[in-house]
Formats: sequence, structure tokens, C-alpha cells
Amino acid sequence: MKKLIALAFVLILAVGLFAGCAKKPAEQPAGQSGGQSAAQPAADVKVPAPVAAASDLEFENDSAAADAAAAKKDLADVLAKVKVGFIFLHDENSTYDKNFIEAAKSACDSLGVPYVLRTNIPEGQECYNAAAELVDDGCNIIFADSFGHEDFMIQAAKKFPNVQFCHATGTKAHTEKLANYHNAFANIYEGRYLAGVAAGMKLNQMIEEGKFSADEALVGYVGAFPYAEVKSGYTSWFLGVRSICPTATMEVTFTNSWYDEALEKEAANTLIQRGCKLISQHADSMGAPTACETAGIPNVSYNGSTEAACPNTYIVSSRINWVPFMQTMIVDTAAGKRLAADWTGTLANGAVELLPINEKAAAPGTKEKVEEVKAALIAGTVKVFDTDAFTVGGQKLSSYAADIHDMGDYTGETEVISGGQFQESIYRSAPAFDLNIDGITIIDG
Amino acid sequence: MKGTPLFHISKRAALPWYQSWGIRLAAIILALAVCALVTTLLTGVSPIGVYVTIIQGSFGTVRKFWVLLQELAILLCVSLAVTPAFKMRFWNIGGEGQVLIGGLATAACMFYLGNRLPGWLLIPVMILASLAAAGIWALIPAIFKAKWNTNETLFTLMMNYVAIQLVSYFCNVWDRKGSGIVGIINPNTQAGWFPVLAGREYLLNVIVVAVLTVALYAYLRYTKHGYELSVVGESERTARYVGIKVERVILRTMLLSGALCGVCGLLLVGGTDHTISTTTAGGRGFTAVMVSWLAKFNPIFMVLTSFLLAFLSRGSSQIAQNFGLNHSFGDILTGIILFFIIGSEFFINYRISFRTGGEKEGGSNA
Repeated sequence: MKKLIALAFVLILAVGLFAGCAKKPAEQPAGQSGGQSAAQPAADVKVPAPVAAASDLEFENDSAAADAAAAKKDLADVLAKVKVGFIFLHDENSTYDKNFIEAAKSACDSLGVPYVLRTNIPEGQECYNAAAELVDDGCNIIFADSFGHEDFMIQAAKKFPNVQFCHATGTKAHTEKLANYHNAFANIYEGRYLAGVAAGMKLNQMIEEGKFSADEALVGYVGAFPYAEVKSGYTSWFLGVRSICPTATMEVTFTNSWYDEALEKEAANTLIQRGCKLISQHADSMGAPTACETAGIPNVSYNGSTEAACPNTYIVSSRINWVPFMQTMIVDTAAGKRLAADWTGTLANGAVELLPINEKAAAPGTKEKVEEVKAALIAGTVKVFDTDAFTVGGQKLSSYAADIHDMGDYTGETEVISGGQFQESIYRSAPAFDLNIDGITIIDG
Repeated sequence: MKGTPLFHISKRAALPWYQSWGIRLAAIILALAVCALVTTLLTGVSPIGVYVTIIQGSFGTVRKFWVLLQELAILLCVSLAVTPAFKMRFWNIGGEGQVLIGGLATAACMFYLGNRLPGWLLIPVMILASLAAAGIWALIPAIFKAKWNTNETLFTLMMNYVAIQLVSYFCNVWDRKGSGIVGIINPNTQAGWFPVLAGREYLLNVIVVAVLTVALYAYLRYTKHGYELSVVGESERTARYVGIKVERVILRTMLLSGALCGVCGLLLVGGTDHTISTTTAGGRGFTAVMVSWLAKFNPIFMVLTSFLLAFLSRGSSQIAQNFGLNHSFGDILTGIILFFIIGSEFFINYRISFRTGGEKEGGSNA
């Protein structure tokens, strides 16, 4: 009897709890992803037509001899043997991971290959275990999205030589020389530069409206970690700003975390209090954009539109479109081709993108100006890291040895200044620009 | 009759073991039913599929089974570590920080001495350093408790955040690129890496923790130290009256507690990860509190409770993966199960008495 009553109470607890729990998973994505997509994590992302077309195109390039229809059938045959695994540091709540996850679904769906997603995998032994389990599950190609996954992906690549391991943002593939381990990045500095142009237009508009003088055109930047990927990103963005608004200066602060909403918000607020008129960020939460929306400060985002959550202050966002990278790697793996150590995306191959401009917040004429500069970048008449466009310690840069071969020695060995520019992402896909240029002040410590 | 409540709650005498375990078992079964219901309603998968997936998460492949053993061993190690302190009613919730400090000391030895000391000397140095560092880390709040009777719960909790910041600091010192990621330490020389036994990378950890479990059981149950700390836990005054030096017992026990956390840090950094980050301990310092508590501070029962938690966590992440759900969904399921298990303790300790049957029947005509 006692037991029965006890059971009854446990049941009551159960029902009450259930009522509370059932709502949670459904609410979460919409609430935290800035409302830009109400899609549930489980929902399939349908393939956009252009992506599917791109894969056909790619394929035609690959096999010039065969005619398109037969080739397509061959491709379908080889792809039938492919299964793809993905490892993500966070989940859809992080703008960076969300961008990567959506690319993963889109790339696999367009090729019609099965895939497995593993989210929230820390940068430790868990990454190796996740990779090994994906191999056990029959994956032939495995992607990981975070810088800190690299060593564990290499460990897995050594252990499973018949599986391809593709790591985004890493630096070691070209020195490890493993046939099945590859790095990827995109020339996102070009996208950042374009986003900077849009920000510069906004600054000029505010100066013309008399909101502040040209000398007060201070912009702020919330960075994650003070290393090359982030430094290259904010420097190219700032150079874009300054190409339009020559008096602009910038203050940078680091959160030392890829995802920390509270810290990023606090950092943005600090920058605003110090007089920054416009903010951008390279950290993955909604912290900085929402701080800007609250304060009415224009914001330039990264890796995803924040327009839905910040309709009055979001100007534009650059992002890496990982779909071409993933498609290339998957198709080449299926075809049994040897993959390159480094894959670098560009404006031309569609990996570097500028998302649609929010006309409500952007200055008039931004779209036209951005198109103009984009054409010039593709044509090569404008170079982002043009050594005439910046100085380091008051000097024009004529020579710089960058630490391209990341062997743990922290000494530069590769000359990267040639042709009047810093040769970013030429010697390896991951950025290497880690100089502190004049006009940018790091305010931490 | 109006004034009589529908039921009242009273403490009950100890239940026979089969009844109390019966209640626990019922709670687990109910929890699984609720989890299945939640998952089915959200995903449309049959409950059987859900259970199969949970089991697959731990037993699907040989590798998954070894990962389960590893998770079990590491969680059990932290749980063992906090147990002597808990038995003394010293609420050490600083396990997370103590593990990190142990790991940090291990990593520091690998980093600075890795290529200077021969292997046979390096590993003993790592062991000593990690045990000492974590022991001292735990000793600090114990000194304050023993001398000035500070609140150990808050003190140990705060020490976690200090430890996390210290690890974060050293990650930045050791990685001069500024990415804050140390990466695998000594990848080529493998200096300071523990040997892999029988080709199974987690076997060493499992053996070490198994030995520790038995040793701690014996320590708590059969030694004078073990007896003393439980007397201090029951009543400090009694302890003083019978001549136990309470301060000394507190210091000694926390030193032990910290040192055992150090072992966990050592196994994680030297044995498996070969790197250190702020997430190395992965929240186990807090989960361990639950493991230890659910097992009533008995090291042998703790094998079961840590198995349960490791099994659930692996199973729920498998559910999240197979059904394309957010990883947090796995945490929700684990939360439901723990809620029921902890809730069942209430029914084991308390009796619920309803109004007598006659009255109830009399009022049933409405």
C-alpha cells in the first residue's frame, strides 16, 4: 500500500515535470538564434537550387571526357558509398556553428549523401572519440569546425588512414603531410573588407548629419582571441572602414572565448562607453549585436544576419559559405581523388559572401558602393592588405616573416610581403596576418 | 473534519533494503517512461527505439563501451575524492577546481620538464606534482574552516573559479599564438604520456580507479582515520569529547580529498587528453556531488551510481545524435531521470498519511 501511494506521487511529479519539459526543446532554437530562423534543429534544410546546380557544374569540370548525363550517373554511384560525419564545437546558438551546421546539411542534401552531426564536442579527447565513433558508424569523410579540434583530428587521421579528415580554420595540414588530413579556410578578409566599406559609409553619413566630427570617428571591435585569425579579420574590416572614412580609428577588446554572451555584451558596452560610434565583432554569441541594438549603435556582424533581433542597428554581415568546400571534399573523396592539404575559398568561388544589406540601418548608396568595391577586389585592382594602405609603427611594411609553418616554434619563417601586399592565405588557407597596424588600439591591459 | 488536511507527511523509520530499492527501481522505470514519452512526442520515434538508442550509446560498439568505462572511471574518481570530506560533513564542492589544478600541475610538468627529464623520472614527478598541487588547493579552504570556521561550501565553490582562471591564464602563456588553446603537449616525443596497456588507451585509468575504490572503501570502513572522520561528521562535540583533534582531521581529510582529485586531473591530462583546457574537468566536480550523495557515501555503491550517470549521459547524447536533436535534449532527459531518482529518496525517508479511509469514503458522494 505504502509503495502504491509512493508510486502515485512519483507519477504526479512525472506529469508536472513533463508539462514543463515538453516545451523546452521547441522554444529554445527560436529564442536564442536571434529569431532569424524558427527552424527546429531536427528540421531538414532543403537544398537551394543554385547549390545543386553548382555541384553538377563542379562535376562536369572533373570529368571532361564523359558526357554530362553519364557522368552524373557515375557520380551518383560513387556518392552512394559516401557517408559524412561532422563535429561542431557548439550548436545552433553560436552564429559560427550555426553557419557551419546549415552548410553541412545543405551540402549533403544537395549531393544526396547521408550524414551524422555531432554538436557540442569540446576541444579535447572528446573530439578524437567523436571522430572515432563516426568512423565506426561508417563515415568516410569527417569535418570539424573549431580551431582547437585540430590536434585531435590529426590524431584520428593517423589512426584511420582510410578516412578523410577535413578541418576548418586549422594550420597544420601542410606541415603534417598526411594524405588524409586537410585544412580549409576562406579569404574572409575580402568579405570583412566589404563589410568595412558598408561601415565606413555609415560613419560618413553620421558625420554629415553632424552627430560627431570626423576626428571622433572611432569604431569598436569585440574579438575572441588575440591570434592571427581574429587579427586578420579586424584589420581587414578596419582597412575597409578607413578606405571610405579616412579619419576612422579603432579600439579592440578580446573576450578570450569563442562564445560567451555575457562577456561579449559587456565588452560591447565598454566600447560604447569609450565613445565608439559603430561596433563589429568576431565572437559567436548575440551579446555584442544586442548590446548595440539596446544602445542604438550601428553594428556589422559576422557569419550570419542578426537583422531579426537587431532591426534598427544591423547593417550587414560577411560570412564564409562552407558549402562549396564541403561539396568539393565530398565529391573528390567519393571519386577517390587525392585532396589538397589546404582549400581556400574566395569571393569568386562563392565561399566568401556578404549577406543582404539592411537598408533601414545602412547609409544610402551602400549597396552600390559595396558592389563596386567587390568588382574591384575580384579584378585585383583593389587589394585588402595593400602595403600602401597601412603602416606598422609608423613605417610602411616592406618585409615580414610570418609563422606559416605552425611547428610550435613561434618564429616566422616565410616572407609574405610581395607584389605590394601582404600575401594572406596564399601559403596556407588559415590567416597569418598578426601585425598590429597604426590606427588600431588594443584596450585590454 | 473540515480542518483535517488531505494528507500529512511524517518521517518514517528505516525501510528494509528491498523496499527502499523497490522505490528507487520504480522511480527509474517511471523516469524512463517519461523520457520515452517526451522523446516520442517530440520526434515521433517509438519508445522502444528510444531505449535501444540509450543502450546503443554505451554498448553499441566496443569503442563506445570503452568510452563508457572511461567516463565511469573518471567520474567515479572525482566522486571518491569528495566522499571522505562529505562523510565528515565538510561540503567540498570544489572538486572541479581541484581536478583542474591537478591537471594543470601535470601539464606544467609535461610542458616544462617533458624534454629535460627521462621518462622513468618524469612520470613520478608528474604524479607527485599533481597530488601535491590539488591537495594544497583543497587544504586552503580546510585551513580556513579549521581555524576560523569559514563556510566551506562557498569557499570551495569560489576556488573553482579561481582554478578555471588559472588554467585559462596558463593556456595563454603556453600558447603564444594567442588562440588560448594549448593543443596536444609533446605530440612527437610523447614525453609524460602514460603507457597504453594492452592496446586499450583507457585501461590504465580503469585499473587505477578500481584500486582506489577498494582502497577508499577500506580506508573509510576499517581504519582509525576513517572512523575519526565519521565521528567528526556525526558530531564535532562528541569528537572533541573523545579526544579526536578535530582540526587535524579536517586538514588531513581535505588533503586526501584534494589529492584524489589530483589523481583524476593526472589521469585526464597524462593518461587520455594530453592537453589542458578550462573544460578538462567537464563539470564532473559537480556531478560527483550527486554520485557520492546518491550512493550514501559508500564507494562500492558509487560504482553503480557513476555507472548510471555515465550510461545516461552517453545514451542521451546518442539520442540527440540519432534523432538530429540539439545536444541539450540529452541533458533534459538526464535531468528528468535524476529528478526522479532524487525524488524517490523523499518517499524512502518520509511517509505520506492520508485521511483515514472511512472519512474518505464518506465524503465521496459529491
